[in-house]
Amino acid sequence: MPLTEQDIARLARLAGLQLDASDRERARDEFTRILGLIEQLQAVDTAGIEPMAHPLAAHQDISLRLRDDQAAPTQTLEERAAHMANAPAQHAGLFLVPTVIE
Amino acid sequence: MMEWEIVIGLETHTQLSTESKIFSDSSTRFGAAPNTQANAVDMALPGSLPVMNRGAVERAIRFGLAVGAVVAPRSVFARKNYFYPDLPKNYQISQFELPIVVGGSLSFFVGEQEHTVNLTRAHLEEDAGKSLHEHFTGPHGESSSGIDLNRAGTPLLEIVSEPEMRSAAEAVAYARTLHGLVVWLGICDGNMQEGSFRVDANVSVRPKGQAAFGTRCEIKNLNSFRFLERAIQYEVRRQIELIEDGGTVVQETRLYDSDRDETRSMRSKEDSHDYRYFPDPDLPPLVVTPEWIERVRADMPELPADKRARFVADLGLSAYDAAQLTMHRRTADYFEAAAGALPADQAKLAANWILGELSAALNRDELEIGDSPIPPARLAALIARIIDGTLSNKIARDVFAAMWAGESGGEPDAIIEARGLRQINDTAAIGAMIDEVLAAHPAIVEEYRAGKQKAFNSLVGQVMKAARGKANPQQVNALLLEKLG
Amino acid sequence: MSAIHEFEGIQALADALRQGRLSAAELAGEALRAARAHGDSKLFLHIDEDLTLAQAREADAAIAAGRAGPLTGIPIAHKDLFVTRGWRTTAASRMLADYVSPFNATVVARLHEAGAVSLGKLSCDEFAMGSANENAVGGPVRNPWDPDRIPGGSSGGSAAAVAARLVLGATGTDTGGSVRQPAALCGVSGIKPTYGTVSRYGIVAYASSLDQAGPIARSARDLVPLLDAISGFDPLDSTSLETCDGRANAPGRVLADYRQACERLQAAGARPLEGLRIGVPREFFNEGLAAEVGAAIEAALSVFESLGARRVEISLPRTALSIPAYYVIAPAEASSNLSRYDGVRYGHRAANYGDLADMTSRSRTEGFGDEVRRRILVGTYVLSHGYYDAYYLQAQRVRRMIADDFRKAFAEDCDLIMGPVTPTVARRIGDNRQDPIADWLGDIYTLGVSLAGLPGMSIPCGFGGGPRPLPIGLQIIGNYFDEGRLLALADRYQQATDWHQRTPGQQ
Repeated sequence: MPLTEQDIARLARLAGLQLDASDRERARDEFTRILGLIEQLQAVDTAGIEPMAHPLAAHQDISLRLRDDQAAPTQTLEERAAHMANAPAQHAGLFLVPTVIE
Repeated sequence: MMEWEIVIGLETHTQLSTESKIFSDSSTRFGAAPNTQANAVDMALPGSLPVMNRGAVERAIRFGLAVGAVVAPRSVFARKNYFYPDLPKNYQISQFELPIVVGGSLSFFVGEQEHTVNLTRAHLEEDAGKSLHEHFTGPHGESSSGIDLNRAGTPLLEIVSEPEMRSAAEAVAYARTLHGLVVWLGICDGNMQEGSFRVDANVSVRPKGQAAFGTRCEIKNLNSFRFLERAIQYEVRRQIELIEDGGTVVQETRLYDSDRDETRSMRSKEDSHDYRYFPDPDLPPLVVTPEWIERVRADMPELPADKRARFVADLGLSAYDAAQLTMHRRTADYFEAAAGALPADQAKLAANWILGELSAALNRDELEIGDSPIPPARLAALIARIIDGTLSNKIARDVFAAMWAGESGGEPDAIIEARGLRQINDTAAIGAMIDEVLAAHPAIVEEYRAGKQKAFNSLVGQVMKAARGKANPQQVNALLLEKLG
Repeated sequence: MSAIHEFEGIQALADALRQGRLSAAELAGEALRAARAHGDSKLFLHIDEDLTLAQAREADAAIAAGRAGPLTGIPIAHKDLFVTRGWRTTAASRMLADYVSPFNATVVARLHEAGAVSLGKLSCDEFAMGSANENAVGGPVRNPWDPDRIPGGSSGGSAAAVAARLVLGATGTDTGGSVRQPAALCGVSGIKPTYGTVSRYGIVAYASSLDQAGPIARSARDLVPLLDAISGFDPLDSTSLETCDGRANAPGRVLADYRQACERLQAAGARPLEGLRIGVPREFFNEGLAAEVGAAIEAALSVFESLGARRVEISLPRTALSIPAYYVIAPAEASSNLSRYDGVRYGHRAANYGDLADMTSRSRTEGFGDEVRRRILVGTYVLSHGYYDAYYLQAQRVRRMIADDFRKAFAEDCDLIMGPVTPTVARRIGDNRQDPIADWLGDIYTLGVSLAGLPGMSIPCGFGGGPRPLPIGLQIIGNYFDEGRLLALADRYQQATDWHQRTPGQQ
């Protein structure tokens, strides 16, 4: 089923992207092509097959490894500065963003 | 006139008391300078990956066992995707279809009435950072908020109840009991001011007798029991008024404004909540073996429910008193220490004193039971003096006050001696006092003989006055009756 | 031309360095000059002479102290998808134009500890999305064999740098073929190891359940020390394996397996591959396969047969389905992995914006290129309410079936699988622009291996036509943890052939 312009607009919103009218038109066309490809999956009979999230899950038991509960020391201001060095806007050790009114 | 039924379910976010965060080894200590406890993983720098903290899992297991839930042998972490600046990855690692704890229940009292609320589930997830809405200015002069990611990644256990509560009072009692339990278990420090325990309330109303649920609203982030109660009360009123005025309740998220005592709709973060949950490919499934569960079970403190049962069965306490004493572990420990120094059939007396005098004094002086100036052994010693007749209940309260103030080193016997408060149990001495009183108040005696019961009490009062309160009241009554004939 | 051209491989160069015939600093200096002078200025995204020479001096100190290892002083470079301290990491994207990471990727740290000297960061497709290295900020990378042609992708820069003899080894990442395919199109050797054997910590994430780092070099023999140095359990990556079928996942495993396999081959006489069954999937020889590629593969298989191996026709029935399965799963995971790029803590922030939501979406839209935006939208779609089961879960079920097809083949029919890497030789830069999925369809032979997490490599096996000869690669696919054996077999092939020794301009 082809996507409507609303569908594309909604996807863009969910994806945090801005598409103008011509972008949306192009995206619709591309989606038609792409859906034609991925819809092939629906024809496959997968009854009784479990989804596979880790590629080696069928080969060996894969389970979550746990780390001991030990805390690293609180950072110095220099260490913090290194982690925040790429911030587009910061002040007094805080990342700045336009205020959201709730 | 329509009769309404209130339906409440609570989702409680408890910060787990681990040293480090759930997916990184940053410290969880409260109060550090902004962004000094946020490493590459917490800041979601490119290339960073999550690694699970065993301590968070242990605490979840402990909780599951304490509420009689099933601890899932296999649970899965899922990504909850939405954009928000306090969520560094713009997804939260949580659990969706397969949580670590399933089911369970919590029992508590509302007044004298015992309730049990079933739990749907409890799952592990990471906390978000904090937005500070002070007046910062951005690079273009725009009004800005500051984001501190110290809290981002703190482990949370989200505990979800079934929508079985029917009043604000019930919701508050549930919340208090849950709070007491997580602190009891040592999995959460319970500090609500610091945000360790936050409640979201799902509230709806429906006409009494209707099976279908009404539309619910979620009130988020209530961090005091008082706010919880008021928010629910306001919301219930709002919904009922809305419906009675012909409107419909819109499903939405609301915040409680404590200054105005009202709930407000939150400006929506997204138009529709399509979180696009899917299993986090960075984290294989969490496996909890039966052996691990047994180890946690063996290390658990005796649970409030089990203590309650024991207090009722072995020590003869009422279910209500047992529940009160087991709200907090320190209170239960105090009671057991005091009761342990007394004969088993006198445990009730210890319960009364702790829930009565001690509780009142602690509240008045804003102290926790752990900081009580009267340790349990001394309280027991005081109670022993009541049991052996040295003190009446009334005089014992005076001794208690003196102990609290630290007189004579807080020792009951020393205070009794110093103040000469021994109860007079000697029938001869009491008899002599009675004789004196009867001789001194012939008019009252006449009134008694004329049938006025009040005169008897008056005479008892006179005897007690003569004895400076120390005469054994039962003996005074008995002897007075005898002497009056 | 630098000294790199004079040595046949890493071992020869390492020996020369150890013997003092040249110093790591001299070598690095020459290599840097050659990199700067290289005709394709888009190849390196960041060169910093000071950082490189500092590493070279460390290498020289190690050599002087007698602590040299197999990679000490060897010039390499990193795909710009591995975060590096000092050098920028851009993922070839405007989104990370000036980003400098405070930490090194584990792969980068391990190669540094092993003494390798990095010349800088290599171009790739933006956020690893692409098969042509056309989706790079700054523009397409050119195939050293023909500048009008693509080098492949997404690790196109890595393959091109090795093919152009600017480095002896380069790191790449392979999510659906992004090491194997550019290696094939550039006439060099590359390997994608078993999923979980090499750490993903510090790789700018594209598709978490598929991404694996893998080296590219001139020969299988050169790949060995590179792969061995980066392999091993990493506690910082929860998908990193502690054991490989009971053996420790640690440096040394690949090397030991390789040596053992080589010894067996050596001892076995004239027909060293006697008893080896090579599975050839009939689905790989479909209509889409260009005749010249098919012919080169046939010739390669004949070489293996002449060494005693036996061909067995096998079936991987869901080969074609690997395309939709991959192009559901990878975009889905990517759409979530790329959500963090919002202009808040790092990365591109739009110059003008209104409120917070506008800042975020504007920054992302400006920062991401077409293919990245396309895949984010597809990924968002297949995860969205109502479509999740039909697309994402369904793709993960098909994935299990595909893994099972391989398992069955290995269990019943063959020891290894061989076939083409790509349906054609390198196409011209700029073709396929009209059709968003044209390049996707060319991944048909490599995607299944990634979905199943199996090890796969590509080695040169011939040339195809065009105005200039264009390389063709042979794909060798092994069972889980078989990297060492794969490398030994590839090496044996490379002893019997010289495709891997050809260089552009000297075909």
